[in-house]
Amino acid sequence: MSSLVELKGVSKSYDNKLLAVNNVNLSLPRGKIIGLLGPNGSGKTTMIKMINGILAPTAGEIRIAGMPVGPGTKARVAYLPDRNYLTGNKTVEQVFHYFDDFYENFSMQKALGMLESLHIQPEARLNSLSKGTKEKVQLILVMGRDADLYVLDEPIAGVDPAARDYILRAIIDNYNPEATVLISTHLITDIENVLDEVVFVRRGQIVLYNSADKIREEKGKSVDAYFREVFAC
Amino acid sequence: MEPDRPIYAQLIEKIQTRIVSGYYGCGERLPSVRELAADAAVNPNTMQKAFAELERSGLIVTQRTNGRIVTEDKELIDSVRCRLAQNHIDAFGRKMKELGFTKEQIFDLMDRRI
Repeated sequence: MSSLVELKGVSKSYDNKLLAVNNVNLSLPRGKIIGLLGPNGSGKTTMIKMINGILAPTAGEIRIAGMPVGPGTKARVAYLPDRNYLTGNKTVEQVFHYFDDFYENFSMQKALGMLESLHIQPEARLNSLSKGTKEKVQLILVMGRDADLYVLDEPIAGVDPAARDYILRAIIDNYNPEATVLISTHLITDIENVLDEVVFVRRGQIVLYNSADKIREEKGKSVDAYFREVFAC
Repeated sequence: MEPDRPIYAQLIEKIQTRIVSGYYGCGERLPSVRELAADAAVNPNTMQKAFAELERSGLIVTQRTNGRIVTEDKELIDSVRCRLAQNHIDAFGRKMKELGFTKEQIFDLMDRRI
Protein backbone atom coordinates (compact mmCIF):
# COMPACT_ATOMS: atom_id res chain seq x y z
CA MET A 1 0.00 0.00 0.00
CA SER A 2 1.38 3.42 -0.87
CA SER A 3 1.90 5.75 2.03
CA LEU A 4 -0.19 8.81 2.73
CA VAL A 5 2.64 11.08 3.83
CA GLU A 6 6.12 10.78 2.41
CA LEU A 7 9.12 12.85 3.49
CA LYS A 8 12.31 12.26 1.53
CA GLY A 9 15.58 13.80 2.66
CA VAL A 10 13.72 16.77 4.11
CA SER A 11 15.76 19.50 5.80
CA LYS A 12 14.92 22.99 6.96
CA SER A 13 17.36 25.59 8.14
CA TYR A 14 16.51 29.04 9.42
CA ASP A 15 19.05 31.75 8.49
CA ASN A 16 21.43 29.13 7.05
CA LYS A 17 22.51 28.29 10.55
CA LEU A 18 20.49 25.97 12.69
CA LEU A 19 19.11 22.85 11.03
CA ALA A 20 15.66 22.67 12.59
CA VAL A 21 14.89 19.56 10.55
CA ASN A 22 17.83 17.48 9.41
CA ASN A 23 17.50 15.04 6.50
CA VAL A 24 14.25 13.38 7.59
CA ASN A 25 12.94 10.32 5.77
CA LEU A 26 9.53 9.30 6.97
CA SER A 27 6.60 7.53 5.44
CA LEU A 28 3.23 7.41 7.21
CA PRO A 29 0.41 5.03 6.20
CA ARG A 30 -3.33 5.66 6.07
CA GLY A 31 -5.67 4.61 8.85
CA LYS A 32 -3.41 5.34 11.81
CA ILE A 33 -3.35 7.68 14.76
CA ILE A 34 0.27 8.70 15.10
CA GLY A 35 2.01 10.69 17.82
CA LEU A 36 4.81 13.05 16.84
CA LEU A 37 6.68 13.27 20.09
CA GLY A 38 9.76 15.23 21.04
CA PRO A 39 11.01 17.80 23.52
CA ASN A 40 10.57 21.54 22.95
CA GLY A 41 12.59 22.78 20.01
CA SER A 42 13.11 19.34 18.47
CA GLY A 43 11.59 20.35 15.13
CA LYS A 44 8.04 18.99 15.44
CA THR A 45 6.30 22.21 14.51
CA THR A 46 8.74 22.92 11.67
CA MET A 47 7.98 19.47 10.23
CA ILE A 48 4.26 20.07 10.59
CA LYS A 49 4.47 23.50 8.95
CA MET A 50 6.28 21.97 5.97
CA ILE A 51 3.67 19.23 5.63
CA ASN A 52 1.07 22.00 5.52
CA GLY A 53 2.95 24.21 3.09
CA ILE A 54 3.42 27.02 5.61
CA LEU A 55 7.19 26.63 5.30
CA ALA A 56 9.14 25.33 2.32
CA PRO A 57 11.87 22.73 2.91
CA THR A 58 15.45 23.87 2.36
CA ALA A 59 16.11 20.45 0.82
CA GLY A 60 14.16 17.30 0.08
CA GLU A 61 10.64 16.50 -0.99
CA ILE A 62 7.26 16.06 0.70
CA ARG A 63 4.32 14.28 -0.89
CA ILE A 64 0.83 13.74 0.50
CA ALA A 65 -1.41 11.19 -1.20
CA GLY A 66 1.15 11.25 -4.01
CA MET A 67 0.93 15.00 -4.57
CA PRO A 68 3.56 17.65 -3.85
CA VAL A 69 2.47 20.09 -1.14
CA GLY A 70 0.21 22.75 -2.67
CA PRO A 71 -3.45 23.65 -3.10
CA GLY A 72 -4.27 20.01 -3.92
CA THR A 73 -2.87 18.72 -0.62
CA LYS A 74 -4.22 21.64 1.41
CA ALA A 75 -7.71 20.68 0.30
CA ARG A 76 -7.15 17.24 1.84
CA VAL A 77 -5.17 18.09 4.95
CA ALA A 78 -6.89 19.55 8.01
CA TYR A 79 -4.42 21.45 10.13
CA LEU A 80 -4.65 22.64 13.71
CA PRO A 81 -1.82 25.13 14.27
CA ASP A 82 -0.18 25.51 17.66
CA ARG A 83 -1.41 29.08 18.00
CA ASN A 84 -4.73 30.81 17.95
CA TYR A 85 -5.94 32.52 14.82
CA LEU A 86 -9.53 33.31 15.83
CA THR A 87 -9.78 37.03 16.44
CA GLY A 88 -12.23 39.86 15.85
CA ASN A 89 -15.92 40.04 16.58
CA LYS A 90 -17.26 37.45 14.13
CA THR A 91 -19.46 34.79 15.64
CA VAL A 92 -18.46 31.13 15.81
CA GLU A 93 -21.18 30.31 13.30
CA GLN A 94 -19.87 32.91 10.85
CA VAL A 95 -16.45 31.28 10.99
CA PHE A 96 -18.10 27.91 10.37
CA HIS A 97 -19.77 29.34 7.25
CA TYR A 98 -16.43 30.73 6.18
CA PHE A 99 -14.90 27.24 6.43
CA ASP A 100 -17.94 25.71 4.76
CA ASP A 101 -17.44 28.03 1.76
CA PHE A 102 -13.72 27.50 1.69
CA TYR A 103 -13.42 23.72 2.11
CA GLU A 104 -15.49 21.30 0.10
CA ASN A 105 -15.08 18.63 2.77
CA PHE A 106 -16.27 20.72 5.74
CA SER A 107 -19.45 19.38 7.35
CA MET A 108 -21.55 22.10 8.95
CA GLN A 109 -23.73 19.51 10.64
CA LYS A 110 -20.81 17.70 12.24
CA ALA A 111 -19.21 20.96 13.38
CA LEU A 112 -22.44 22.26 14.94
CA GLY A 113 -22.92 18.89 16.65
CA MET A 114 -19.48 19.08 18.24
CA LEU A 115 -20.11 22.68 19.24
CA GLU A 116 -23.29 21.65 21.00
CA SER A 117 -21.67 18.80 22.91
CA LEU A 118 -19.01 21.21 24.15
CA HIS A 119 -21.74 23.68 25.21
CA ILE A 120 -20.46 26.53 23.06
CA GLN A 121 -23.02 28.95 21.63
CA PRO A 122 -22.90 29.37 17.83
CA GLU A 123 -23.79 33.07 18.33
CA ALA A 124 -20.81 33.66 20.64
CA ARG A 125 -18.37 36.25 19.34
CA LEU A 126 -14.74 35.22 18.99
CA ASN A 127 -13.44 38.11 21.09
CA SER A 128 -15.68 37.01 23.95
CA LEU A 129 -14.29 33.48 24.09
CA SER A 130 -11.69 32.28 26.59
CA LYS A 131 -8.38 30.92 25.35
CA GLY A 132 -9.45 27.32 26.00
CA THR A 133 -12.80 27.78 24.25
CA LYS A 134 -11.07 29.26 21.21
CA GLU A 135 -8.87 26.18 21.10
CA LYS A 136 -11.95 23.97 21.18
CA VAL A 137 -13.53 25.94 18.32
CA GLN A 138 -10.32 25.63 16.30
CA LEU A 139 -10.29 21.90 16.86
CA ILE A 140 -13.92 21.65 15.70
CA LEU A 141 -12.98 23.54 12.53
CA VAL A 142 -10.35 20.86 11.89
CA MET A 143 -12.29 17.75 12.90
CA GLY A 144 -15.35 19.07 11.08
CA ARG A 145 -13.60 18.37 7.81
CA ASP A 146 -13.61 15.01 6.08
CA ALA A 147 -9.87 15.03 5.37
CA ASP A 148 -7.25 12.45 4.41
CA LEU A 149 -4.80 13.77 6.94
CA TYR A 150 -5.44 15.59 10.19
CA VAL A 151 -2.41 17.36 11.62
CA LEU A 152 -2.92 18.50 15.17
CA ASP A 153 -0.12 20.56 16.67
CA GLU A 154 -0.48 20.41 20.46
CA PRO A 155 -4.26 19.94 20.47
CA ILE A 156 -4.64 19.30 24.19
CA ALA A 157 -2.10 21.61 25.78
CA GLY A 158 -4.42 24.52 26.53
CA VAL A 159 -7.69 22.85 27.50
CA ASP A 160 -9.04 21.45 30.75
CA PRO A 161 -8.93 17.69 31.47
CA ALA A 162 -12.63 17.14 30.68
CA ALA A 163 -12.22 18.82 27.28
CA ARG A 164 -9.06 16.78 26.76
CA ASP A 165 -11.09 13.59 27.19
CA TYR A 166 -13.68 14.94 24.78
CA ILE A 167 -11.01 15.73 22.18
CA LEU A 168 -9.51 12.24 22.45
CA ARG A 169 -12.98 10.70 22.14
CA ALA A 170 -13.65 12.89 19.12
CA ILE A 171 -10.44 11.63 17.52
CA ILE A 172 -11.49 8.01 18.17
CA ASP A 173 -15.08 8.56 16.98
CA ASN A 174 -13.79 10.28 13.89
CA TYR A 175 -11.54 7.34 13.05
CA ASN A 176 -11.58 6.44 9.39
CA PRO A 177 -9.43 3.66 7.89
CA GLU A 178 -8.59 5.89 4.92
CA ALA A 179 -7.40 8.83 7.00
CA THR A 180 -4.49 9.39 9.33
CA VAL A 181 -4.25 11.66 12.35
CA LEU A 182 -0.84 13.06 13.22
CA ILE A 183 -0.70 14.56 16.70
CA SER A 184 2.25 16.46 18.08
CA THR A 185 2.40 16.77 21.83
CA HIS A 186 4.60 16.49 24.86
CA LEU A 187 1.66 15.49 27.10
CA ILE A 188 2.12 11.82 26.26
CA THR A 189 0.35 10.18 29.20
CA ASP A 190 -2.97 11.75 28.27
CA ILE A 191 -2.84 10.62 24.72
CA GLU A 192 -0.86 7.41 24.49
CA ASN A 193 -3.78 4.97 24.76
CA VAL A 194 -5.17 6.45 21.58
CA LEU A 195 -1.98 6.20 19.52
CA ASP A 196 -1.20 3.40 17.06
CA GLU A 197 2.30 4.53 16.36
CA VAL A 198 4.79 7.01 17.71
CA VAL A 199 7.58 9.01 16.11
CA PHE A 200 10.29 10.33 18.43
CA VAL A 201 12.01 13.47 17.19
CA ARG A 202 15.28 14.78 18.54
CA ARG A 203 17.26 17.76 17.21
CA GLY A 204 15.48 17.66 13.88
CA GLN A 205 15.91 13.94 13.33
CA ILE A 206 13.69 10.89 13.69
CA VAL A 207 15.17 8.70 16.40
CA LEU A 208 12.38 6.12 16.55
CA TYR A 209 9.26 5.13 14.66
CA ASN A 210 7.41 2.20 16.18
CA SER A 211 4.02 0.91 17.26
CA ALA A 212 2.98 2.12 20.72
CA ASP A 213 2.07 -1.40 21.86
CA LYS A 214 5.44 -2.74 20.62
CA ILE A 215 7.21 -0.22 22.82
CA ARG A 216 5.16 -1.32 25.83
CA GLU A 217 5.77 -4.95 24.97
CA GLU A 218 9.50 -4.68 24.30
CA LYS A 219 10.42 -2.15 26.98
CA GLY A 220 7.88 -3.18 29.61
CA LYS A 221 7.02 0.47 30.19
CA SER A 222 4.60 3.08 29.01
CA VAL A 223 5.42 5.24 25.99
CA ASP A 224 5.64 8.16 28.40
CA ALA A 225 8.17 6.37 30.64
CA TYR A 226 10.20 5.31 27.61
CA PHE A 227 10.12 8.87 26.26
CA ARG A 228 11.49 10.14 29.58
CA GLU A 229 14.29 7.59 29.37
CA VAL A 230 15.25 8.41 25.77
CA PHE A 231 15.09 12.16 26.31
CA ALA A 232 16.51 12.27 29.85
CA CYS A 233 18.31 15.58 30.41
CA MET B 1 -5.48 0.43 31.61
CA GLU B 2 -2.09 -0.37 33.06
CA PRO B 3 0.30 2.01 31.34
CA ASP B 4 3.28 -0.33 31.06
CA ARG B 5 1.62 -3.27 29.26
CA PRO B 6 0.46 -3.54 25.66
CA ILE B 7 -3.10 -2.27 25.39
CA TYR B 8 -4.25 -5.02 23.02
CA ALA B 9 -3.23 -7.68 25.57
CA GLN B 10 -5.25 -5.90 28.28
CA LEU B 11 -8.24 -5.61 25.95
CA ILE B 12 -8.05 -9.35 25.25
CA GLU B 13 -8.18 -10.05 28.99
CA LYS B 14 -11.11 -7.68 29.48
CA ILE B 15 -13.15 -9.27 26.72
CA GLN B 16 -12.21 -12.79 27.87
CA THR B 17 -13.40 -11.87 31.36
CA ARG B 18 -16.69 -10.56 29.99
CA ILE B 19 -17.19 -13.79 28.05
CA VAL B 20 -16.31 -16.27 30.81
CA SER B 21 -18.41 -14.34 33.32
CA GLY B 22 -21.39 -14.50 30.98
CA TYR B 23 -21.64 -10.73 30.51
CA TYR B 24 -21.41 -11.62 26.82
CA GLY B 25 -23.35 -14.87 26.67
CA CYS B 26 -22.59 -17.99 24.68
CA GLY B 27 -23.48 -17.35 21.01
CA GLU B 28 -24.36 -13.72 21.71
CA ARG B 29 -23.58 -11.00 19.19
CA LEU B 30 -20.79 -8.64 20.25
CA PRO B 31 -20.82 -4.84 19.91
CA SER B 32 -18.83 -3.45 16.98
CA VAL B 33 -15.10 -2.80 17.20
CA ARG B 34 -15.82 0.90 16.91
CA GLU B 35 -18.30 0.91 19.81
CA LEU B 36 -15.99 -1.09 22.04
CA ALA B 37 -13.02 1.11 21.15
CA ALA B 38 -15.01 4.25 21.97
CA ASP B 39 -16.13 2.67 25.27
CA ALA B 40 -12.60 1.80 26.30
CA ALA B 41 -11.20 5.10 24.92
CA VAL B 42 -8.67 3.25 22.80
CA ASN B 43 -7.72 3.26 19.17
CA PRO B 44 -10.05 1.18 16.94
CA ASN B 45 -7.00 -0.49 15.36
CA THR B 46 -5.90 -1.74 18.78
CA MET B 47 -9.37 -3.12 19.49
CA GLN B 48 -9.32 -4.74 16.07
CA LYS B 49 -6.02 -6.42 16.93
CA ALA B 50 -7.49 -7.78 20.18
CA PHE B 51 -10.50 -9.11 18.27
CA ALA B 52 -8.27 -10.80 15.69
CA GLU B 53 -6.41 -12.56 18.51
CA LEU B 54 -9.68 -13.68 20.15
CA GLU B 55 -10.84 -15.00 16.80
CA ARG B 56 -7.63 -16.96 16.38
CA SER B 57 -8.19 -18.56 19.76
CA GLY B 58 -11.74 -19.47 18.75
CA LEU B 59 -13.46 -17.56 21.54
CA ILE B 60 -15.02 -15.20 19.02
CA VAL B 61 -16.48 -16.36 15.73
CA THR B 62 -17.22 -14.18 12.72
CA GLN B 63 -20.46 -15.00 10.95
CA ARG B 64 -21.09 -13.58 7.55
CA THR B 65 -24.62 -12.50 8.30
CA ASN B 66 -24.53 -11.85 12.00
CA GLY B 67 -21.24 -10.10 12.68
CA ARG B 68 -19.06 -11.32 15.50
CA ILE B 69 -20.51 -13.64 18.10
CA VAL B 70 -19.21 -15.39 21.20
CA THR B 71 -18.41 -19.05 20.50
CA GLU B 72 -21.05 -21.65 21.32
CA ASP B 73 -18.31 -24.03 22.44
CA LYS B 74 -18.95 -24.14 26.20
CA GLU B 75 -15.90 -26.32 26.83
CA LEU B 76 -13.64 -23.74 25.23
CA ILE B 77 -15.15 -20.99 27.38
CA ASP B 78 -14.67 -23.14 30.48
CA SER B 79 -11.05 -23.84 29.63
CA VAL B 80 -10.34 -20.12 29.15
CA ARG B 81 -12.09 -19.46 32.46
CA CYS B 82 -9.85 -22.00 34.22
CA ARG B 83 -6.72 -20.57 32.62
CA LEU B 84 -7.62 -17.03 33.71
CA ALA B 85 -8.26 -18.33 37.23
CA GLN B 86 -4.91 -20.12 37.27
CA ASN B 87 -3.14 -16.91 36.24
CA HIS B 88 -4.74 -15.07 39.15
CA ILE B 89 -3.89 -17.86 41.58
CA ASP B 90 -0.27 -17.97 40.39
CA ALA B 91 0.11 -14.22 40.81
CA PHE B 92 -1.55 -14.34 44.22
CA GLY B 93 0.60 -17.29 45.30
CA ARG B 94 3.79 -15.44 44.33
CA LYS B 95 2.77 -12.36 46.31
CA MET B 96 1.88 -14.40 49.38
CA LYS B 97 5.20 -16.26 49.26
CA GLU B 98 6.96 -12.91 49.02
CA LEU B 99 5.18 -12.00 52.24
CA GLY B 100 6.52 -15.20 53.78
CA PHE B 101 3.33 -17.24 54.10
CA THR B 102 3.33 -21.03 53.84
CA LYS B 103 0.73 -22.92 51.83
CA GLU B 104 -1.13 -23.92 54.99
CA GLN B 105 -1.17 -20.36 56.30
CA ILE B 106 -2.48 -19.12 52.95
CA PHE B 107 -5.31 -21.69 53.01
CA ASP B 108 -6.11 -20.78 56.58
CA LEU B 109 -6.26 -17.04 55.80
CA MET B 110 -8.32 -17.68 52.69
CA ASP B 111 -10.76 -19.76 54.67
CA ARG B 112 -11.32 -16.92 57.09
CA ARG B 113 -11.62 -14.18 54.44
CA ILE B 114 -13.79 -15.78 51.80
